[in-house]
Amino acid sequence: MPFRKQLLRLLPQAVLLLAVLALLLWFGHNVLENLRGRGIRAGFDFLSDPAGFEIGESLFAYDSGQPLWRAFLTGTANTLRVALPAIVLSTILGSLIGLGRLASHAVPRAVCTTLVETLRNIPLLLQLLMCYFALTSLLPEASAAISPMPGTLLTKGGLFLPGWGCEEGACGWSFPEAEGFGVSGGWSLSPEFLAVLIALTFYSAVFIAEIVRGGIQSVSRGQIDAARAIGLRPFQVLRHVVAPLALRAIVPPLGNQYLNLIKNSSLAVAVGYPELVSVANTSLNQTGRAFECIVIVMAVYLALSLLTALLVNLYNRLVALRGTA
Amino acid sequence: MIRMPRKRTLLWSLLVALLLWPVINWGLLHAVWTPDLEACRAARGLGACWGVIAEKHRVLFFGRYPYAEQWRPLLATAIIVGLLAAACRPRFRNPGFAGVAGLGLLLAVLLMAGGFAGLSAVPTKLWGGLPLTLLVSLGGTLLAFPLAVLLALARRSSLPMLRLSATLYIELVRGVPLISLLFMAAFLFPLMLPPDWRPDILPRVILTIAGFAAAYLAEVIRGGLQAVPPGQYVAALAIGLTRWQAMRHVVLPQALRHALPALVNSFIGIFKDSSLISIVSLHELTGALSIALGGDADWRSFYLEAYLFIALIYWCFCFALSRASRQLEQPRPASG
Amino acid sequence: MKIPTFRHLLPLGALLAAAFCPPAQAGKTLDAIKQRGNIQCGVSTGVAGFSLPDSQGKWSGFDVDLCRAIAAAVLGDANKVSFVPLNSQQRFSAIQAGEVDILARNTTWTLNRDASLGLSFTGVTYYDGQGFLVPKKLKLTSAKQLKNAEICVQSGTTNEKNLADYFRSVGVKVKPVVFEGFEASFKAFFSGRCQAYTTDISGLAGVRNKEAKNPDDYMILPEVISKEPLGPAVRRGDDEWFAIVRWVGFALIEAEEQGITQANVDGIRAESKDPAIGRLLGTTEDTGKLLGLDREWAYRSIKAVGNYGEVFARNVGPDSVLKLPRGLNNLWNKGGILFAPPVR
Repeated sequence: MPFRKQLLRLLPQAVLLLAVLALLLWFGHNVLENLRGRGIRAGFDFLSDPAGFEIGESLFAYDSGQPLWRAFLTGTANTLRVALPAIVLSTILGSLIGLGRLASHAVPRAVCTTLVETLRNIPLLLQLLMCYFALTSLLPEASAAISPMPGTLLTKGGLFLPGWGCEEGACGWSFPEAEGFGVSGGWSLSPEFLAVLIALTFYSAVFIAEIVRGGIQSVSRGQIDAARAIGLRPFQVLRHVVAPLALRAIVPPLGNQYLNLIKNSSLAVAVGYPELVSVANTSLNQTGRAFECIVIVMAVYLALSLLTALLVNLYNRLVALRGTA
Repeated sequence: MIRMPRKRTLLWSLLVALLLWPVINWGLLHAVWTPDLEACRAARGLGACWGVIAEKHRVLFFGRYPYAEQWRPLLATAIIVGLLAAACRPRFRNPGFAGVAGLGLLLAVLLMAGGFAGLSAVPTKLWGGLPLTLLVSLGGTLLAFPLAVLLALARRSSLPMLRLSATLYIELVRGVPLISLLFMAAFLFPLMLPPDWRPDILPRVILTIAGFAAAYLAEVIRGGLQAVPPGQYVAALAIGLTRWQAMRHVVLPQALRHALPALVNSFIGIFKDSSLISIVSLHELTGALSIALGGDADWRSFYLEAYLFIALIYWCFCFALSRASRQLEQPRPASG
Repeated sequence: MKIPTFRHLLPLGALLAAAFCPPAQAGKTLDAIKQRGNIQCGVSTGVAGFSLPDSQGKWSGFDVDLCRAIAAAVLGDANKVSFVPLNSQQRFSAIQAGEVDILARNTTWTLNRDASLGLSFTGVTYYDGQGFLVPKKLKLTSAKQLKNAEICVQSGTTNEKNLADYFRSVGVKVKPVVFEGFEASFKAFFSGRCQAYTTDISGLAGVRNKEAKNPDDYMILPEVISKEPLGPAVRRGDDEWFAIVRWVGFALIEAEEQGITQANVDGIRAESKDPAIGRLLGTTEDTGKLLGLDREWAYRSIKAVGNYGEVFARNVGPDSVLKLPRGLNNLWNKGGILFAPPVR
């Protein structure tokens, strides 16, 4: 009975489609009804209103007189400003820890294993809060700043580095100096930024370490023995045999980890680092446009996720090709 | 694996000792163990003040739950921990146990809620601390599970509409941070329901976590499904089972067994993620900490010790579970 | 597998029907409260003087007393209030979504909030303004000296916007450090993360006197940079409930003006011949029926929490932890601007 068979295929799909549509319509209907009933305005027009609030740190010029969409843009830039360095740092640190867990010497192996087992079993939020508390409570005030390296200052107000900058047409290196309430000159990294960066880096690093370890362990014993047999030294074995083979096993889960890291950066809202979620949250409170603000946050993260997935796939293809050649 | 020279033991040990010494010094040797504020202040900077835990442990564990009634969340916690411990033992892995576990969880919830048999009713907004963490993560996982199985099957279905919906859902949820979904539960759900429906924030949050977890679990289960050789399914059809029977009795049990360690790992993830609900003002373990210390000027300086204590609780649970998951990876005796 | 029949599609039809039919009219707030037997009162998560739970979870404060007075008027029992702690982000959606019947959470009345958030402010119960708390050791005398300073502020508040406005207008650049919660913001200030902390002056007094390890190490700068009229808000569209909340507030002010206190209210009710008092306490005239309440509504409120002056003195006045002067929040005939319309 071909007709009956086709019906069997089509009907459940039609029912599903209708059910999903009905559910969405129902939600939409309720939202409109609720908004109208309570006299709440809706729509994305508020994005062009002046924001009215300042943002503590931003990559480009922003002040409270600018429209809200600029505030969202600043927030997104702040998300990337912390997520990208965290990706780089966690990859380096993670690879080191991963290699450390495979070291032949028991002490570094134990250190790395302890680190992994400790950090990955504690919620990131808690690590972030701890990190922030440590930075703001335990560091000295500007008047008693620590100088970890010449030209840098570390205080409750953050880390200050010498920086290249232009002021009133004159460009040059400026060095941080304790002055007035805080530190002036140079580049400053706020404690909120540092807390998020450190917590994200370490938390992601231990997961990356496990990926790296798994990748290296996936390389068959025979390959390594063969490489050693032809006289390669341990580092050469790692560089020319293990790494290229392991990379193929490492890259896909690594991409996932990068995605997680970007999403996890949203926890920064808990310590007041003004990234996207924090800015959206502030806007939500100032304008009452809950629906619109949450939609914007989700859309930006989805776009970032897609972009990351795309880049990882591209790189993956490259690695895979080289590996099979 | 990669050989390294073995001569640096002394150097390594020295380095580790040098790093560990201040920690031991601060955390053990110079620590204050009694809830003595003066002693704690005197030791500040030199030693830890573990007295803060002794002083505040009731709030840390149970949040704002009425003081006199706190034996109830204690008992609920004990039930849930007992169930978790039992679930890790292979001999309890059967459908009968699932029923017992469901009943146990229900008992724990009823115990917390009260309103019967002389127990006073305690509204969910007063729930907090460890029992809330456990309820949210366990409840979220249990609710997520059936949805995840359906999503995984749908994503492998031959019906394009079904496949598309499941894929869309999974990828959308996996693409956004949990926090944005929690904000949705807090701010948007009430708007999306008719004006006279007013679900409490706790079920809203648990459902959100379930929906979030389901997307991740579905991928784990899909991996498990892929690990079942297609011949199994064909063979099941050949002996006269219908498609659903084949799925239900042949493919799914094997797929879930393959996926079991990954499922436990997902649960660990949800357990850790449950700390995020403190951002929407549910005072689970992390949130209870800020109730305990935030409003107390005297003890507020000893946040670090309290953080470390909470971290230890999370660590114990996660570590024990991850050990259990590693045991599950070992091949089972040929009985099931 | 069977082909789904019409019977299987019925639930779907019901769902579709639900999507297009308007939902049932929400019950009137007062009816819902009477049916439930208690008032859901949205308060802050812990602001000394306004709403703060003790270790047993018992709430006290200015906003808390207001809710108790309303409960006494409506339900006859000041204890039939359930306090719902809300942070500044949740407060508006909680009242919009009907999770609370009244928002008494030291919330500033602004045009934007009044017009676009689906809520109505019933009046001003506390006239406040925004100020700055700084450590004395910085030796500041004016907020204008805060150039390049970092200032801790709570997100989602009028304070955040006033801060931006004020320093723009005086041309001084400062750096806000924005926190989600009230507690997180002052915790960061006391840890030394910021050089100044800003919120309403009543809040600053609470933070200084209740949360600082040593209150004398901190001072409030003289500048008051904004007007912060604080008052309760209710969901828009229920005029009956709006009037009850508004008039319980006025009744407390009127009671102070008439010299009626928690202690003497019974005596005055039995003896007074003053028609104004008779109207307020329901001995000569039934004002309650105009509000949908009984005639003793105001009597019960006053009996439960005292008059406005007593509520003020108990929670924020000179003898309380906050040690705030009456200032603007005094009766119109005593140098303040509290002026209740006639109860008649």
